[in-house]
Amino acid sequence: MSESQTASASPQSVKFGLEAPNFFTASKGLASWLLTLDHKRIGIMYLIAITIAFALGGAFALMVRTELFFAGPTITSDPNQYNVWFTVHAAMMIFMVIIPGVPAALGNIILPLMLGAKDVAFPRLNLASFYFWIVGSLFLGSVLFFGGVDTGWTFYTPYSIIGTGSTMATSVYLALFGVFILGFSSILTGVNFIVTIHKLRPRVMTWFRMPLFLWAIYSTAVIQVLATPVLAITVLLLMVENFFGLGLFDPALGGDPVLFQHFFWFYSHPAVYIMILPAMGIMSELISIHSHKHVFGYRFIAYSSVAIAMFGFIVWGHHMFTSGMSGLLNAVFSFLTFSVSIPSAIKMFNWLSTMYRGSISINTPMLWALGFMFNFAIGGLTGLFLGTLSVDIHLHDTYFVVAHFHYVMMGSALFAFFGGVFHWWPKFIGKMYNEKMGMVGATMVFWGFNITFLPQFIMGSQGMPRRYYDFDPAFLIWHQMSTLGSYLQAAGFVVCAYTLAMSLVKGRLAPANPWGGNSLEWHCQSPPILENFETVPDVEDCYDYTDWQYDRELGGYVLKG
Amino acid sequence: MSDNQQTTSAPAADGDEEHGLGHVVPVSFMVGILLVLMFLTVLTVAVTYIDLGSLDIVVALGIAFVKATLVALFFMHLYWDKPFNLFILVASLFFVALFLGFCMMDSREYRHTRDVVSPAVKEAMDKAQAEQLEKQKAAVQH
Repeated sequence: MSESQTASASPQSVKFGLEAPNFFTASKGLASWLLTLDHKRIGIMYLIAITIAFALGGAFALMVRTELFFAGPTITSDPNQYNVWFTVHAAMMIFMVIIPGVPAALGNIILPLMLGAKDVAFPRLNLASFYFWIVGSLFLGSVLFFGGVDTGWTFYTPYSIIGTGSTMATSVYLALFGVFILGFSSILTGVNFIVTIHKLRPRVMTWFRMPLFLWAIYSTAVIQVLATPVLAITVLLLMVENFFGLGLFDPALGGDPVLFQHFFWFYSHPAVYIMILPAMGIMSELISIHSHKHVFGYRFIAYSSVAIAMFGFIVWGHHMFTSGMSGLLNAVFSFLTFSVSIPSAIKMFNWLSTMYRGSISINTPMLWALGFMFNFAIGGLTGLFLGTLSVDIHLHDTYFVVAHFHYVMMGSALFAFFGGVFHWWPKFIGKMYNEKMGMVGATMVFWGFNITFLPQFIMGSQGMPRRYYDFDPAFLIWHQMSTLGSYLQAAGFVVCAYTLAMSLVKGRLAPANPWGGNSLEWHCQSPPILENFETVPDVEDCYDYTDWQYDRELGGYVLKG
Repeated sequence: MSDNQQTTSAPAADGDEEHGLGHVVPVSFMVGILLVLMFLTVLTVAVTYIDLGSLDIVVALGIAFVKATLVALFFMHLYWDKPFNLFILVASLFFVALFLGFCMMDSREYRHTRDVVSPAVKEAMDKAQAEQLEKQKAAVQH
């Protein structure tokens, strides 16, 4: 850390800024929230909205799992109802929770703080993106009042080409329009973050001095801007096909249903990286800060984020190995798919090396981070099975795939998201939570998650197809384990929510730097003032923690001297 | 609203302080480019009178490519811009080409299976297509 940093970061603001005016007290009233241009308030509104969507999506997951507790009818005798449940669960979790989760909610709150900026580059656009999210979500959520959608979240043709006379037609159109609008929200956030990172960095923060979370958010934003328009085009074409019967994807009209899959996955595979890349950015922060050790292989982690973003665009075909796609393309996509594992493995090994001989604090954020590493190792390695052409022919559309993507999307992306929430909670809320309760919640979710999805690998490898309402009694024990695991997860999330809610009521005031981090957000008070910083300190190495020491009385870290 | 502050944060590390007018190009130069573009348009029409066989499409797209390049380089100022922006444009075109190329390669690969392997299916499809066309015609007339 430079000497100028020590000089410019006023110990006054670091140590005694707790009761000072902050962005919560800057203005009052409902309108001051709904019309706010402050990135922190917009981020918090995103967080609340996403939590509601997560609870709703989670409820549908529990209904799916409960239905599968016994073979045959359990809580519904209508298989179509079951199809609606898993479709709505997936569509909500993907489009309304995971995609905007880290970038729009946590990114909004943390990105300008990490940059030492007062706000994002386009605050009005930021608010607009939130309202796009709200409108898109209302459209997507409204399908529940029109009989629901049973196409699966992928809207595969020709099944999703429904005549206007069908009872399901209104729901499909509403869902497609909702996804279309949610895509705009994602693009606007991406544009905003790219410009913010380019233009609002402090002078000393060169590209290779940026926190790795910012590298990850930047790479994500590039994908959001480049890939999401393809999703918009895809759903627009599908709507046109539905309304006018142009014969684009409908084989009965000479269309090509596989073309739809190409369109869909050209967006949706990069979208997987929109979900996992920012989570990896959080991981780099959590692992380094809670191991109290400089991050290992900074440049490799930074470059690997960009590499994942690029490779993510050329591997979409591995979702389509059994679609009837050309044999040559199958082989090409299988080969290219393995290339993505290289930058992902680079990150894993660098995080492990960061932890090696570090002074690891086992606390709630670190438990989530360790959970991520365990789950991502399983999720990533099983991806290699599915990327292998010959093995995928057997495993395609089985529970093996379901388990694989839940290990990556939930066990990894959402674990990092929750780790990030617990990590930055004291910063943007200004209250500490009960550490023991937080750890209990994280542990319950970890075990619940693994009990839910490990049996699904076994079922899948034995041939249990995904999306089936009923099953062979031979799979009963695995399904029951899986369902019980999902209940444990749900209980774990309730404990987590209770822990955070109680911190608002009973939590002690948070110090500016409870964990000993050195990136800029730990140099301003908790919660920050409206403009974030009075003076922006010059931090040359945000992973050098040597100038901080623990103050027992304060319960956090203060600069030495 | 009290929190509608403007984002005038610390100066950017890029040192990108120059705002306002971009690169100024003489009008005569722009008119020159316009004339070249018009000449190429005339040329596009002119070559349609000559039968080049399968080269027709190559020549037409070739001229279109030159025109698009001129517009991007000079009208859109890419020639004087940072090379990074050129890289972004070329990369975007690469991804479009990759996507379209793969899709076309793919459709060509299995089209014959539709026609040859299942004539009954093809017949049913043709029938459905004809019915759909009839419906559309009826709707238009209506």
